[in-house]
Amino acid sequence: MPKRTDIHKIMVIGSGPIIIGQAAEFDYSGTQACLALREEGYEVVLVNSNPATIMTDTTIADKVYIEPLTVESISRIIRQEYPDAILPTLGGQVGLNMALSLAKTGILDELNIELLGTRLSSIEQAEDREKFKELCKELGEPVPPSTTVNTVEEALEFGDRIGYPIIVRPAFTMGGTGGGICNNHEELAKIAKNGLELSPVTECLIEKSIAGYKEIEFEVMRDHDDNAMIVCCMENFDPVGIHTGDSIVFSPSQTLSDKEYQMLRDCSLRLIRALKIEGGCNVQLALDPNSFDYDVIEVNPRVSRSSALASKATGYPIAKMAAKIAIGMTLDEIKNPVTGTTYAEFEPALDYVVCKIPRWPFDKFSKADRTLSTQMKATGEVMAIGRTAEEAMQKAVRSLEIDEKDLYSETAHHASDEEIEQKLVKAQDDRLFYLAEAFRRGYSLEDVHELTKINFYFLDIVSHMVEMEKNIQENKDNLETLRLAKKYGFSDATIATLWNESIDQVRDLRKKNGIIPVYKMVDTCAAEFESKTPYFYSTYDGENESHKSGKKSVIVIGSGPIRIGQGVEFDYATVHCVKALQKMGYEAIVINSNPETVSTDFSISDKLYFEPLTLEDVLNVCDLEKTEGVIVQFGGQTSINLAAGLKDHGIKILGTSVKDLNRAEDRELFDQIIKKLKLNQPKGLTATTHEGVIKAAEELGYPVLVRPSYVLGGKAMEIVYNKSELEEYLHDHVDIAADHPILVDDYLDGRECDVDAICDGQDVLLPGIMEHIEHAGVHSGDSMAVYPPQNFTDEVKDKIMDVTRKLALTLNCVGIMNIQFIVRNGEVYVIEVNPRASRTVPFLSKITGIEMAQVATRVIMGESLAQQGYSDGLAPEPEMISVKAPVFSFSKLADVDSYLGPEMKSTGEVMGSDHTFAKALYKAFAGAKMQLPENGNVLLTIEDKDKEKILPIAKRFARIGYRIFATKGTADFLKNDGLHVDLVTKVHENKNADDNILNELREGRIDLVINTMGHDIEKNSDGFIIRQMAIQQNVPLLTALDTADALLTSLENRSFATDALK
Amino acid sequence: MKRYLILEDGSIYEGEGFGADCESSGEVVFTTGMTGYQEAITDQSYADQILVFTNPLIGNYGITLADYESLEPQIKGVICHQVARRPDNWRMQTTLPKFLKQLSIPGLQGIDTRELVKKLRIHGTLKGKITDSKENAASIAQELKQRNITQGVISRVSTKNSYPVPGSKRNIVVVDFGIKHSILRELAERDCNCIVLPYTATAEEILNLNPDGVLLSNGPGNPEEMLTAAKMVQEVEKHVPLFGICMGHQVFALANGASTYKMKFGHRGFNHPVREIATGNIGFTSQNHGYAVDPKSIDKENLMITHVEVNDGTVEGLRHKKYPAFSVQFHPDATPGPHDEDSLFDDFMSMIDQRKEEERHA
Repeated sequence: MPKRTDIHKIMVIGSGPIIIGQAAEFDYSGTQACLALREEGYEVVLVNSNPATIMTDTTIADKVYIEPLTVESISRIIRQEYPDAILPTLGGQVGLNMALSLAKTGILDELNIELLGTRLSSIEQAEDREKFKELCKELGEPVPPSTTVNTVEEALEFGDRIGYPIIVRPAFTMGGTGGGICNNHEELAKIAKNGLELSPVTECLIEKSIAGYKEIEFEVMRDHDDNAMIVCCMENFDPVGIHTGDSIVFSPSQTLSDKEYQMLRDCSLRLIRALKIEGGCNVQLALDPNSFDYDVIEVNPRVSRSSALASKATGYPIAKMAAKIAIGMTLDEIKNPVTGTTYAEFEPALDYVVCKIPRWPFDKFSKADRTLSTQMKATGEVMAIGRTAEEAMQKAVRSLEIDEKDLYSETAHHASDEEIEQKLVKAQDDRLFYLAEAFRRGYSLEDVHELTKINFYFLDIVSHMVEMEKNIQENKDNLETLRLAKKYGFSDATIATLWNESIDQVRDLRKKNGIIPVYKMVDTCAAEFESKTPYFYSTYDGENESHKSGKKSVIVIGSGPIRIGQGVEFDYATVHCVKALQKMGYEAIVINSNPETVSTDFSISDKLYFEPLTLEDVLNVCDLEKTEGVIVQFGGQTSINLAAGLKDHGIKILGTSVKDLNRAEDRELFDQIIKKLKLNQPKGLTATTHEGVIKAAEELGYPVLVRPSYVLGGKAMEIVYNKSELEEYLHDHVDIAADHPILVDDYLDGRECDVDAICDGQDVLLPGIMEHIEHAGVHSGDSMAVYPPQNFTDEVKDKIMDVTRKLALTLNCVGIMNIQFIVRNGEVYVIEVNPRASRTVPFLSKITGIEMAQVATRVIMGESLAQQGYSDGLAPEPEMISVKAPVFSFSKLADVDSYLGPEMKSTGEVMGSDHTFAKALYKAFAGAKMQLPENGNVLLTIEDKDKEKILPIAKRFARIGYRIFATKGTADFLKNDGLHVDLVTKVHENKNADDNILNELREGRIDLVINTMGHDIEKNSDGFIIRQMAIQQNVPLLTALDTADALLTSLENRSFATDALK
Repeated sequence: MKRYLILEDGSIYEGEGFGADCESSGEVVFTTGMTGYQEAITDQSYADQILVFTNPLIGNYGITLADYESLEPQIKGVICHQVARRPDNWRMQTTLPKFLKQLSIPGLQGIDTRELVKKLRIHGTLKGKITDSKENAASIAQELKQRNITQGVISRVSTKNSYPVPGSKRNIVVVDFGIKHSILRELAERDCNCIVLPYTATAEEILNLNPDGVLLSNGPGNPEEMLTAAKMVQEVEKHVPLFGICMGHQVFALANGASTYKMKFGHRGFNHPVREIATGNIGFTSQNHGYAVDPKSIDKENLMITHVEVNDGTVEGLRHKKYPAFSVQFHPDATPGPHDEDSLFDDFMSMIDQRKEEERHA
């Protein structure tokens, strides 16, 4: 059926801030959906609270609202816009839940607004465990014995009856939040309780564990004419038991016989047809490795992380097709955009192997529980494509950008056999490296299978690579060996290590002998039809299919997997760089390894190379494309780190030169510049020894900020207040200290701000200053921030501009750079300079209207600011005030301390804009799920040094009708000032007391926790336990008093004065 | 061991041999199926052909007795990018290389199969030879060019003697042009009592068995060599419900005045969407054919087109306008491939039952 003509205006709901389990993939799907709808002539209204996305660009929809994703806020927009329909199935679980909530309020019926795509009843049937089970029963599809419970007692009764292990899956939570595998009664009691509390409907599915089964996923599409098809089948390397988002995944399925595959395909199609899905859908199945028995795990009635992966793995744009289906089109009338000649009704055939490996945040959260289970913990993922499974896997490993560059792990190497076995049995993020280590030590496939239940076929891939390591080692400089090694994905770096040569020696030998990669096309059809997809991957095989075009071209390096400190913001900047290049008439070539993002949508760039972002892989593309040069300023630290190596190999880095990049990044060189320019800087010293660090700290005076040099996102950065804390820090970071000097800085307590400047070598444009709400000490990525600044005088702003100009010109910046300042007593101190785009670029671009990444790209390509119509100086500030608030994923990461400090912990951000600061704050808090009741209970747990500061805050809470709860010390202090305070018992005192802090939290009597006990970092310390409990109970938690101050400002704004006349 | 594929256009592909180490020639064709290598290799429709798998990894789950599609496959070679080192599956009895060795089928891995497939797509199907040496490549190419490899191929794959596949319901005569076991499995699942006859069976022989229905099987080669069989169909269709699959479909078309042509590189794989014209329903089908029915040649008095391939419009199904007879180009029996169209066997059963009903009331 052709598209519908009875609707004209469609609202698309995005997925909000990035959190674990809901990441950049929804920027990709949402963007695709909006563009697809506009392509068909509909007016699109987009709502999303996340400014760091491409989808919230004004070019993506006709109207873009960056507003909180709450019922009240979206209802307001609906009453302004009167859309004919809402498309909710492309904004992840958030978008879907929002549609459900809106429907419940009756506004959709009232205004006659239709929900497009899969019907609500179907969504409920798929998401409600009990209804879904019933459906499976009707269809004769097997599901593991299970029951839905609303109390812990019911859960235990079932568990004790069916037997353990038992899996807990909370209803309507993202990424399986709060779920887990329980091996006994006690574990079930604990996990079920947590799961029930996290479920918005206090409901969990408790089911018999089928851990050890093969885990298979199908991405399925269906249209309203009941055409249904499989886009992609994926097989998890890790058997059932580990969340698929935390599993290594291969596509196509590797170990299924046709009989098994077709049996599961039939099942998936039966399910999607029975559910009457209209659009994309994900079916997860478990197959007994020893029979034809299978179980249906779950169905996601919407596009998902897996569908983004499947789109990139096959080339088939699922979200785009889903949007077209939603407006009534059918698969057999939509053209397949990949081939241009065939129709969307086509099951892709792959002639390559895809491997996905999740990217976990444990490099940042060293104390977190790294065990993998049914709760997803990864923040992002990488994908790699090869012609052998080994090649795909090795490329994926080196795409991760972690300490391990191949299957060799130093830590695993030094582990005892016992530790290795432990690591194999209880999977953590690093299990792959322990698998390899086990094979190196002579464990047999059978041994390892016994411990891991991983299929022999998959284990052999790892074992084969280990065998090859030995073979490579024994055949130094042998060309046949080198050829074979490359075919199986070994990097030059790994070969160099095994041969004890330099990487360049290997590279030279390889190139001299014509052992160079070819690039093959991803075309959905295994070459059966002619395609012109500009989407390529490297492999060592016969024919090269990617050819340099006649056009002038530029390579843009992406930012790799989403991780804490380097999120979707950098993908935003990458995409904008591409757009600017295209507008200038260049062919823009993207290299990136992240399947979730917009930049790896092949329709964005002129050419996409899906490759690891290592020097070798990037150089290989450079060798082929012979471009004008490479742009490294937009892909975060990933691309900046490649600059020097590329330059050393004769590749031109466009924009700021490598020498100047280094002057900004190298502490000593940078200090020289600061001195030369006579700028203020917190005093700092560098030390390489334990004693040196302590001496430096004493020289500067406590508190000091300590961190290793060359780090991203404040990794391993801490503020220490005395010698014993410093010693503890050094003890915890021995390995870092060994490789890098430690930087010790005087810690300045002032207002922090961020600027991103664009410089063409002559003029410096400062689009805006973002003032942090929290004082220095909280990482800029975790701070709330406001634009325009609320507390800076014109004089301070002038100083900031002046320093920025000096730095940009002295550093010979051509393009974009980021500077962080501390403003204290009217003086401006430079903290650091990043000679690249920062995470604030999308936020500032959106609110200032200056497309910063595009302006910077034009500058990089030689168009001056003046030519672009911009003049030197700080851009005029708008009327609107915009606030950025960070969003965290603590509830998914057990044992990570939620206390905010210099090390970044947030995974995403939201924006709130309005005409007053207070209203903008309110929206930002609402977007970040900190919507507080008009009056409620606030628990104050304060470190002694903060007591003076808490008094005005407590008073303000009291004034707007909040009851204050505190332990004795704080309570006495506040009572002295005449405040009414409810006393609570400390964590470790009388645990059973009704008024014990933990009990107050558990019973839901607290609406907000303010906890500044930053020194309580031990797991059994009061401060840590209180924070954990708040996170577990979903109680808003603030750890900085500045944030509390801001929250009060927003709350006060909506409350009425209650003043007696006398 | 280094081995080579030499094509009739003189091109040489170097790879590593596996399976049997004999030399062999055949038409080089490719399949895009990502599973089902065993079913494909044992499919007699690949007789005299060298099969290239676009899926780069083959052999991952070994070989299982139960998944044979014929017992003496006549495929001439298997070409892939890589054979699995350590297959694993609970049903597996042997490995792909061992299996090929037993059957004297040579295999060649380490080939850039994508490059080869593109060549076949662009130039059309080419003849080729798997050999130990590339020294006489030019003369091998010359020789290949002149040979008609697939001539008379059905006589080599069809059963020599008729045999029964007992069941207790409808009596079906199956004419074997190179039948896949999957067709017999579908009939057995519906409890049919089958008798399989050689491709040379005459109308008289068939009708003498008093069948309730006749099924024309799949098979390799050029359908226009099957003129005798077409004659048989002309007579049989008048008397008994008839169902043709693949070669059977082409023979049915020829019997009713249509003609066939050789496709450029054929349909082999199982992601071909086929639309049933009457309902608009689309199913994904398993296909393996190098020839197709020319839609222009169809006599609209006798035949109607019931199914077409969504992308290239190939004739995928026919129905007789006067007799209870129909045929499909694809494999509703799948194996390997999707089961989307297996209800066609039920349609055949209904057609038979309806016919019986009519006869009873006549």
